[in-house]
Amino acid sequence: MKLLDLQRRMAADLMAPLTGADDRLQGKIKAEYIRPNDRLTARERLQIYSRSYWCRVIDAMYEDFPGLRAVAGQRAFDKLVRAYLADCPSQSFTLRDLGSRLEPWLRKNPRFAGKKFDLSIDMIRLEWAHIEAWDGAEEKILGPEDLLELGPGLRVGVQPYIRLLALNYPVDDLRIRVNTGEHETASNAVTKPKARRAISGRSLQPKPIRLAVHRVDFSIYYRRLSPDEFRLLELLREGRTVGKALMACCKTSTIPVDELQPMIEAWFSNWSELGWLCHPPKKARS
Amino acid sequence: MPANRFNGHTDYGIGIGLRIPHYAHILERKPVVDWFEIISENYMIDGGRPLAILDRILERYRVVQHGVSMYFGSAEKLNRQHLRKLKALVKRTKTPWLTDHLCWGSVDGSYSHDLLPMPYTFEAAQVTARKIREARDFLEVPIAVENVSSYAEFHVSQMTEWEFLNEVVERADCGILLDVNNIYVSSRNHDFDPFEYVNSVPADRVAQIHIAGHSKFQKYILDTHDHPVIDPVWKLYHHAIRRFGPTATLLEWDDRIPSFDEVRAEAIKAAKYRPAAAELMV
Repeated sequence: MKLLDLQRRMAADLMAPLTGADDRLQGKIKAEYIRPNDRLTARERLQIYSRSYWCRVIDAMYEDFPGLRAVAGQRAFDKLVRAYLADCPSQSFTLRDLGSRLEPWLRKNPRFAGKKFDLSIDMIRLEWAHIEAWDGAEEKILGPEDLLELGPGLRVGVQPYIRLLALNYPVDDLRIRVNTGEHETASNAVTKPKARRAISGRSLQPKPIRLAVHRVDFSIYYRRLSPDEFRLLELLREGRTVGKALMACCKTSTIPVDELQPMIEAWFSNWSELGWLCHPPKKARS
Repeated sequence: MPANRFNGHTDYGIGIGLRIPHYAHILERKPVVDWFEIISENYMIDGGRPLAILDRILERYRVVQHGVSMYFGSAEKLNRQHLRKLKALVKRTKTPWLTDHLCWGSVDGSYSHDLLPMPYTFEAAQVTARKIREARDFLEVPIAVENVSSYAEFHVSQMTEWEFLNEVVERADCGILLDVNNIYVSSRNHDFDPFEYVNSVPADRVAQIHIAGHSKFQKYILDTHDHPVIDPVWKLYHHAIRRFGPTATLLEWDDRIPSFDEVRAEAIKAAKYRPAAAELMV
């Protein structure tokens, strides 16, 4: 058997969903390419790798999506995660990216979320934003002195690590309650099943919110934004000049311009304090 | 050998794997540690806390990069995006050498995130060696490959594991990160003499040594890195040091991680097997 054929075969076998309450290999998997020894059959030897694989990827999903677990409930979450991983095995060298396709996958497979589909989608978006905000790039911050020179023809950037989300549910509250701490890291040890902390979910009522997922001193924070503040940040991130962004914001706002003006000044001041503003990307500058 | 072309002609002593639970202790207490080994993938990111911590560690300590996902043994081509990110990190850490595993773990773009065992064939050795050379040429840093612990062997294998290791490193002209715990684990799982393995390794290619703990099950041993090093592994380490000299040594502890002082105390045990007392972490 050629190297590529062997690896394709073994990968398919060890990534095949396990069956039964005790996570066994599917009966059709014979693993005849593996040599048995006097203690273990070929299947049993493969099963060591298969269990390790599933433990590793499921643990990563548990760590990255505790909020979704709270929304879905333990059993439904487990089913959802296993189905997702079977359809979308990792395509990245890092487990950090494992959940990157979860939102589009769930949109195609809404039955795994049942009646909580919209809520689940919002939570996934928030938790993925959490991951991206955690290790996203940070550009040089525009300080107050830079903002003094701010004119209508200038452009400012919004820090690349900040994620702006328009959500139908206030999932930030729930996510804060189930926060599990720092993102897990890669290691070169075999993965064993880990004890998983039980998280109690609750039914959230719909309530549209706009949220910035950002970080301060390398910790993740959520900040709710008014629709106008959210829109203005989006426009600046798109590369509009400050003048054009303000005009577009005023045009769509329901707040009179004379009331909006001091609010805008306060927003810029807050953004500056939080270090959210940076030089725009080169493409936008030109 | 202590200093050779595969570890950048350095003479590093006993190191410890840099792990998240120890960040605060290291940054606040600034313990004496000869060097830290980092898992490259944990820092191949665009920003945030891990890189900020790493930069602070780099101000004070020597760092060597250890990878877990290069998958030299995978039949598919090297991932260029991965290599570019890795090179950026190499420039940041100025690692004198870089290590990853002699294994495979991905196929057709899907990743297992595991260190899967190689079939010990000449074809596999050829593919693996070619990829190691390509990575070294791109990264412009010496590479040493680590023997993995394994739980399965293949019918197609044409040689022993140590013969395969030698075949690969000769073809690639690269170094070896010899994990004596992995040798022990595999020797128990596959019934071979671990000393024969160590004796067969070309001494002039050994850039670094790993030690670690493991878990014993009824029918096999699992490389879990969640225990202290056991005596038979220390014996094998002692034998390796007598053969290769006081080579840079790293204790891995990845799960159920105890306090930094406990990990450090376990690592320092390696000193008693090493003749060059001057390098001890005291």
